Amino acid sequence: MSTLVNVVRPPLWLTVAGSLASLTTLIPLIYLSQRAFGGGWESVVELLNRPRMALLLWNTLLLGVAVTATAIVLGLVSAYFLARVYLPARRWWLVMATIPLAVPSYLAAYGLLAAFPTTQGFWGSWLVLVAVTTPYVTLPVTAALRAGTTDFDDLSRTLGAPGWKALLPGTWHQIRGATLAGGLLVFLYTIADFGGVALFRFPVLTTAIQQAYGASYDRNLAALLSMILVALALVTVFFERRARGRLFTSKTSTRGRSRLNPLTGKNIWLGIVLLIAPVVGAVIPVGVMLVRMFDVNALQEVRWENLASATVNTVVLSFAGATIGLLLALPIGILAGRYRSKIVSAIESLGYLPLGLPGIVVGLALVFFALSTVPVLYQTAFLLACAYGLLFMPKALGTIRQSVRAIPTSLVDVSSSLGYSTRQRLVSVYLPLTRTSFLVAWLLIGVTAMKELPATLMLRPTGMNTLATELWAKTDVASYGAAAPYALMLVIIAAIPTLLLVRSETTQEVKS
Amino acid sequence: MNISSLKSSLLAAGTALALVVGLSACTTEPAANADGTVVVYAGRDEALIAPLIEQFTEETGIDVDVRFGSTPELSALLLEEGERTPANVFLSQDAGALGALSDAGLLATLPADITDAVPAEFTSTDDTWVGVTGRARVIAYDSEKYTESEIPDSVLELTDPRWSGLVGFPPGNASFQSFVTALRVLEGEKVAEQWVADMAKNSPVLTEKNGATLDLVNAGQLDLALINHYYWFERAAELGQDNMRVQIKFLPGDPGGIVNVTGAGILKNSATDADALAFVKYLVSESAQKYFATTTFEYPLVPGVASPEGLPALEELVNTQLDLADLASLAETQALLAKYGLL
Repeated sequence: MSTLVNVVRPPLWLTVAGSLASLTTLIPLIYLSQRAFGGGWESVVELLNRPRMALLLWNTLLLGVAVTATAIVLGLVSAYFLARVYLPARRWWLVMATIPLAVPSYLAAYGLLAAFPTTQGFWGSWLVLVAVTTPYVTLPVTAALRAGTTDFDDLSRTLGAPGWKALLPGTWHQIRGATLAGGLLVFLYTIADFGGVALFRFPVLTTAIQQAYGASYDRNLAALLSMILVALALVTVFFERRARGRLFTSKTSTRGRSRLNPLTGKNIWLGIVLLIAPVVGAVIPVGVMLVRMFDVNALQEVRWENLASATVNTVVLSFAGATIGLLLALPIGILAGRYRSKIVSAIESLGYLPLGLPGIVVGLALVFFALSTVPVLYQTAFLLACAYGLLFMPKALGTIRQSVRAIPTSLVDVSSSLGYSTRQRLVSVYLPLTRTSFLVAWLLIGVTAMKELPATLMLRPTGMNTLATELWAKTDVASYGAAAPYALMLVIIAAIPTLLLVRSETTQEVKS
Repeated sequence: MNISSLKSSLLAAGTALALVVGLSACTTEPAANADGTVVVYAGRDEALIAPLIEQFTEETGIDVDVRFGSTPELSALLLEEGERTPANVFLSQDAGALGALSDAGLLATLPADITDAVPAEFTSTDDTWVGVTGRARVIAYDSEKYTESEIPDSVLELTDPRWSGLVGFPPGNASFQSFVTALRVLEGEKVAEQWVADMAKNSPVLTEKNGATLDLVNAGQLDLALINHYYWFERAAELGQDNMRVQIKFLPGDPGGIVNVTGAGILKNSATDADALAFVKYLVSESAQKYFATTTFEYPLVPGVASPEGLPALEELVNTQLDLADLASLAETQALLAKYGLL
């Protein structure tokens, strides 16, 4: 029922579009190499010989691996619960599972620290990053499970394998791609994150990069450290490709049945596992802020017009960014889902790079790039939206790739034997089958862009505020309470697209 | 999901994009000289600075476009922008960032009526920036475990095994590094290196930020912290004086108790911009200096303006042997901290 993907060459226009899209990710790289090697090779050697270098690298790897492994376990359990258990108020369970995506890691870290002041070092960073990254696994795996079938489980069961043992051979191959793609996002997010580790005093490469900018204004050192992160990201992308193995795509359009289990005392613990991420990532931080807001000493008046303008700016900017990001991700995702060649591999790998870079680096790279090529665009909302698109385009790649791969080749063959033109095929075969995932990809970029901070601080038009910049400004001063309405609003506006998303999924289910 | 809702989403996206392009069109006017507007990059907290800026606009009629950010991010931004910067004025949280910009040749020389407003020890030697407020280094301590007299009068004593594992500080923080630089300048490289080596062996608690370090002490998680004085006052204003388990001790005459400054400079291409000059001049005026003393609990630098209540006099703390310009050798300090694994 499966066959190796097209060995046919992709159409030229698609290769060109994909190459152009992936080349945009070179902007930060060109900038970095210019800065990193500006100090000569001596400074490179000196840096690598620092006593602390090994520790930073080790901590970064340790945290990346631990967070990814945990997020995969939590994400798989949550996804199974969402996709295979009959749930009352299912839509709200999915919203709960998605909410942590909208919470900036520094906010989650602050909340955890305020609630449990003893949390420190590795474990605090680990918990916070697991909380905010688990949705990257939960969402694609849920989608894959929904699209999949339980027929194989039943088959194993009839052959005598009990319960979860039947689940493994029957279902794992259906969700492996989605799990790996999600895991890759989690790992890259973790190694490039600063906010989630800084408050717990866990020294990693990103904290060292921030210090290089912060204390010495040493851009060369910061760039060198960033290059190490880029190398780490590249190696990870390479291994994920290896682990993904040979690319299979379904040949026929048999849509297997998916059996739902009733919600019982036996599987309710799955739901409790699902709640870990939203509780740690959203409920605690927002709750702590609300408590502080109503605290007598810290009671602050909310400036509604400020909140309103920040909300509008955030929504407009992040979804403009999502649109640009989707346009960049589409050609790359389609290539990766449908074709296999060295060029396609290179294009896809490049596409993931921006995720492995801290926001401050991408922000500075775009400052450098914009001023030297299109100075009129500098510090405009348009450039900021482009930055969001570039930064978060990789988050859409996996979703697009998997959905394109799921298009049955038989359908394509039938449509071409019926004499459909490329355009007709696109409109009547490809688009109907992929549009939900494209929408998912769009929302994923949008929701992530809402909370972006470092690039926003640098590239926004002077005087323009967003929810993230307001949050940052208010948590930086001693008055955390004043940040509460902004944190709450961020979570609310991230929940709305999620609700839309869930509705679109349920409609589809009814139809099929 | 059906086609029509997809269409509407795409339409929404398109509208958003058009809006963004529209928005961007109205924000790209270049700042000309004396056009009644000044563009300020402010590396300080918005809540603390915004009221002062409103006050300035009210008094002078000059509009201020402020880009708030952290001092390190904004100085990295200014270095990256170089001469193409849209900024006229940079308001910095510390002298180091101003020094870095000055070294890169990005700051204009300020007129004497601005630099003369504050004592010479609080401005740059080449008049490229002026000090605006002063901030003292202090030891914060857990008042449930110690009385003030049990706290050493000098940071040099903190290398004693008695304090092993009990002292916290943010080694990446600019003010902490300025203090280590002061230690090198005042006590000599040998003493400084010995101190760093002994401190590193004394199991210090390494933190990221001053404020978070203070919170650790207030939560009973840490006994002593090396921070700036005003963090305590800001936290006390939020939590109430009675909820301050953490207390602070000033260290007059000690390298660990030096006074550092926040300051402002004018970017080179705005050297003759009357609005930029008016803004920086306002920062060292009596009304702005009073504002800082009462709102941010920092030391005013202009003679004659009273210090915040409850603080020791600035003259008591200022180390006459130390020139702030000597604190520019941050790179050596960082190398020293890195050598002993603190950075």
